Amino acid sequence: MLTNEIIQLKLTEKFCDVLTDWQEPYGMLTFTAPKEINLKVLQFLFDDAELKFTFLTDLQAVHYPDHKGAELAVVYHLHNWTDNVRIRFKVFTDIIQPDVYSATALYQSANFMERETYDFYGVNFVGHPNLIRILNVDEMDYFPMRKEYPLEDQTRIDKDDEMFGRG
Amino acid sequence: MSEHILLPEGSIEKQTTTLNLGPTHPATHGVFQNILELDGERIMKATSTVGYIHRAFEKIAERRPLYQITPLTDRLNYCSSPINNMGWHLTCEKLLAVSTPKRVDYLRIIIMELARISDHLICNSIVGVDSGAYSGFLYVMQFRELIYEIYEEVCGSRLTTNIGRIGGFERNFTNAAFEKLEKFLDEKTGYPAQLKEFENLFSRNRIFMDRTIGCGPITAERAMNYGFTGPNLRAAGVDYDVRVHSPYSSYQDFDFTVPVGNTGDCYDRFLVRNEEMWQSLSIVNQAYKKVQEFKGAEADVFHADVPAYYLPEKKDVYTKMEALIYHFKIVMGETEMPVGEVYHSVEGANGELGFYLISDGGRTPYRLHFRRPCFIYYQAYPELIKGGMLSDAVITMSSLNLIAGELDA
Repeated sequence: MLTNEIIQLKLTEKFCDVLTDWQEPYGMLTFTAPKEINLKVLQFLFDDAELKFTFLTDLQAVHYPDHKGAELAVVYHLHNWTDNVRIRFKVFTDIIQPDVYSATALYQSANFMERETYDFYGVNFVGHPNLIRILNVDEMDYFPMRKEYPLEDQTRIDKDDEMFGRG
Repeated sequence: MSEHILLPEGSIEKQTTTLNLGPTHPATHGVFQNILELDGERIMKATSTVGYIHRAFEKIAERRPLYQITPLTDRLNYCSSPINNMGWHLTCEKLLAVSTPKRVDYLRIIIMELARISDHLICNSIVGVDSGAYSGFLYVMQFRELIYEIYEEVCGSRLTTNIGRIGGFERNFTNAAFEKLEKFLDEKTGYPAQLKEFENLFSRNRIFMDRTIGCGPITAERAMNYGFTGPNLRAAGVDYDVRVHSPYSSYQDFDFTVPVGNTGDCYDRFLVRNEEMWQSLSIVNQAYKKVQEFKGAEADVFHADVPAYYLPEKKDVYTKMEALIYHFKIVMGETEMPVGEVYHSVEGANGELGFYLISDGGRTPYRLHFRRPCFIYYQAYPELIKGGMLSDAVITMSSLNLIAGELDA
């Protein structure tokens, strides 16, 4: 039976103390790795005979404007189908040069997910075969999910409603 | 995007043809564009473009209190919106540590499995339409209508249901809802008889089999690597089902099997969905039986007792101080939200529908991400259709059950 303790033990054994911020929110083991070794961690989780995290459930980014030097977090959700265990693993990157190694060589499914993450947050996945916008228009020149782009204030009154058929 | 793709100069030399399939082609059932490189009728290369109906739900959700996000989830997979709604409520309940009574769980299961049936019946009958058999589609449609009428009795709307709330349902199921459910479940005149007929029409039909066997196949390893979940993965032979692996809403109380195929082609996907409809029917029957077993006061339970999150009844709002306060707090989005991050997934009609919610204790999510199964498995489409005929590409697309709303979020 693969428990969170065993996973944590194996990972710390392999990567010593570079993995930090161990948590278990709502039962899911969560930790942070330096962005330089994200592929090494993914590969180890994939290959290890006991861990077998061979399924990438989800990949997305989160923007924390207040974390200076580590504004963007890329979050991987992995699933071991044999023992039915999920883990979550994050890497943080600065926003000026948001380079993170691409997981596409390991998971085909990462292709669209990384494109989506790039599209909305501007994370530059190094090694991605086709890192272009996916859901937004190609001409867009900003990354709309970043926190500096707030949604329109719903109570604004300077808008001409007639233009929207509500006059 | 603004440029048309033109054949190079002296294109008489060029051996292949470029064809734009979509974005508004009747055979694509939604806005999907594929630029195909054809050698005669055989597809050499396909390039997919998505995002034509992107509506920025994740961004919008960052401004909305939890209960206002439910209508956004409707519009993901709109063929089975109750599953999305329930998945969202369950995510919120996990974050807020709300536990629901058994009767609520069973009622939810009835609705979710009906939604699964309505989704699968559309998908399978559309595969029929695309392979040239239109009549099956027309016959099953009346039962989708009946399912929609059941939704209507429960929540008032049909397609984008916005059904239920955090903690349960907005009102108890009426007798009319149960009568319609019985009508739907009736062995002789209800959906089982219709499904049997539909099955007879297709599953051993020589033309249909010739048309779909070996069409758009995928191996189990490739499917897993591509992030397939749901019926499409099970058709490839992997028995992963969220209802079994991480049971939610008391699915562990039910007895059902997870059908698997082995070749992952259109025919196997058809059969898996077909069998899943039978399993869903059996789950609905079991759940209905369990619901009927509740007697007395228990039979009136349709929501959890969580006044801080569950919108009170209107008559209480006018007469009770507490209810008025809670009503105001919930409607204004001032409910207390714990700080935390939660991932919850349900078995949507297309696969694992996940919600990743980060709360910073504010009135709206700090970040909400939808794991949309369609979006993830659609990237395998160029590989699935490569080397096949153009007409196979159309049928592969419909048998993957691609829903543009879910794909583009």
